[in-house]
Amino acid sequence: MPRNLTYREALNEALAQEMERDPSVIVMGEDNAGGEGAPGEDDAWGGVLGVTKGLYHKFATAGLRPVAELMFVDFMGVCFDQIFNQAAKFRYMFGGKAVTPVVIRTMYGAGLRAAAQHSQALYPVFTHIPGLKVVVPATPYDAKGLLIAAIRDNDPVIFFEHKALYDLTGPVPEESYTLPFGEANVVREGSDVTIVTLGRMVHTSLAAADELAASGVSCEVVDLRTTSPLDEDTILESVENTGRLVVVDEATPRCSIATDISALAASRAFGALRAPIGMVTAPHTPVPFSAALEDQYIPDAQRIVNAVKPVAEWRR
Amino acid sequence: MTDSGITSVAMPKWGLSMRSGKITDWVVAEGDPVAPGDDLADIETEKITGTLEADSPGLVRRLIATVGEDVPVGAAIALIAPPDVPDAVLDDLAARARAVIDAGLPEDDGAGPVVETVEAGGRKVSYAGAGDSGDVVLLVHGYGGDRNSWLFLQEPLAARHRVYALDLPGHGTSAKDVGDGSVDLLADAVLGVLDAVGSDRAHLVGHSLGGAVVLAAAARSPGRIASLTLFAPAGFGPSISAGYVRGFAAAQTRRELKPLVGQLFADEQLVTRQVVDDLLAYKRLDGVDAALAALAETLLDGDEQRIDSAAAVRALGEVVPVTVVWGSADRIIPAEQASSVAAVAPGAAVRVIDGAGHMPHMERPAEAQAAVEETIARAG
Repeated sequence: MPRNLTYREALNEALAQEMERDPSVIVMGEDNAGGEGAPGEDDAWGGVLGVTKGLYHKFATAGLRPVAELMFVDFMGVCFDQIFNQAAKFRYMFGGKAVTPVVIRTMYGAGLRAAAQHSQALYPVFTHIPGLKVVVPATPYDAKGLLIAAIRDNDPVIFFEHKALYDLTGPVPEESYTLPFGEANVVREGSDVTIVTLGRMVHTSLAAADELAASGVSCEVVDLRTTSPLDEDTILESVENTGRLVVVDEATPRCSIATDISALAASRAFGALRAPIGMVTAPHTPVPFSAALEDQYIPDAQRIVNAVKPVAEWRR
Repeated sequence: MTDSGITSVAMPKWGLSMRSGKITDWVVAEGDPVAPGDDLADIETEKITGTLEADSPGLVRRLIATVGEDVPVGAAIALIAPPDVPDAVLDDLAARARAVIDAGLPEDDGAGPVVETVEAGGRKVSYAGAGDSGDVVLLVHGYGGDRNSWLFLQEPLAARHRVYALDLPGHGTSAKDVGDGSVDLLADAVLGVLDAVGSDRAHLVGHSLGGAVVLAAAARSPGRIASLTLFAPAGFGPSISAGYVRGFAAAQTRRELKPLVGQLFADEQLVTRQVVDDLLAYKRLDGVDAALAALAETLLDGDEQRIDSAAAVRALGEVVPVTVVWGSADRIIPAEQASSVAAVAPGAAVRVIDGAGHMPHMERPAEAQAAVEETIARAG
């Protein structure tokens, strides 16, 4: 029976159900238990993010399917060798005889006044590396189903959780379920312009699509859900139908998901395109600490509307 | 209908969780004459699109709700009245109805439908009830369905009966383990729900596989059964769309699932995105693949039906009223099999709904409801 859970609670339930099902699933990380509460209560917060609350007491930590919480993706540089050169390469270099069923959960994204070293959207860096799978869920339902799929996957998965989504609420089945990797979700059907996006920007794009609908522009919104593997078919099919594409990505623009999707459409759906491809991204700068500047930095619905309109109106 | 002959057409409640609906198209215009059963409007809910039919005759005098606006369940959307009712009376009623729609949805009391569970044969079985008094009616869905497939019937029947709809094992929010997947194991769930609601005299309504399940349950406990209404039941001939049964079990994506689900209906437009998305979410729950694979084995022997319901309906047809309803355009189990039921149970009433597919209770709810009511009435 689906209940409304927050994104945070959906993640916690996915971890708890998988640890229950398979004793080789383990969770590790920095500050993922603790927080002083009432006297004697030592896990009141459930760690800094609250996602792993209760797991420390419920499950013994010994096993083989680790789920590591690396808190801020911005910190991941200190273990790039293990991720890029070891985990990502094992299956390939050992001819399929070795697998690395590890999940690294990490927070990304701007909007919490956490400044340059705690706010980046670094999924393009990991998407670039063959051998890694990269997941960027947008809703509580997707968060649970994709995290369970990640835990059961035999390849290393980098799992991106937007820190501004933890309190987002939505229906989540009580039972375990998996969502396949490489299947984008058409979250809104439309006929004039395709908006391809992911993570938190799905919600911003849907808000923009609502506003655009009021002025007669019908947007199809495609949530990638995973950037590696990438569901090229769904993107291309949508672009074939609308002939117009805007990519919305919170990351900085060089070598990003936005440029990657744009290149895909330009090379594989050129005949269908009836307008230049639009891109809405952060500027190519570090995330500012100044609140006013950070608000300007993150793509918002108005910027998406402003980018979609000329694409929709473009006539050759 | 009021004394003056004015009928207020209300936004219907299709499904226990429906709170509002949108008219996507008015089939009638002001001034049109209508008879019971005539299409009035196409209505879209969060879950499904359906057609609202007139239930009384008259002239369409006022259309109150406009296309595309959100209308709370129960709010008047049109007025049907004889030509001699004065305009002023209708204008006054229409203005008040307009105010109700403009006031918008009442605050969500969070109550929603109450879903109960019972242990039957060691498995959790979910069910939801509507209606406070009258005989117990239990609605049993088919292969791959759930209790929500009765959304057009449960509320209307609940006006006069206590109407329950269950999720068979392997479906909805019931336990996903179906053991050997046998019809008898599924029938345990039916009897378990009858026990749970304290019924010793129930009218059973089953669709497709659910038709075979209610027959099996009734055969085991005939004294508790008051009547049987079977919609396109399994077990009355060799022919079945094996491609549908296996394809549904195997489908992994929206792209694979949508054309299959379309085969259930005569009019594939009824298959909205939401219908496909809900089915996909169901199929992705742990254990559902195994359940559907086991149930496909129950349904199929090679490319033909394995289930044989003839003996059960022959015996029961002598004790309780039986009605069989089939859509003439059923692409899953052909409507010709209705005559097999009549051949073994001569007392059974047979209704073939012209132009409906495998889901007459969703495609033609007014006629489906009438069939159930008529069967219940025959039980006295």
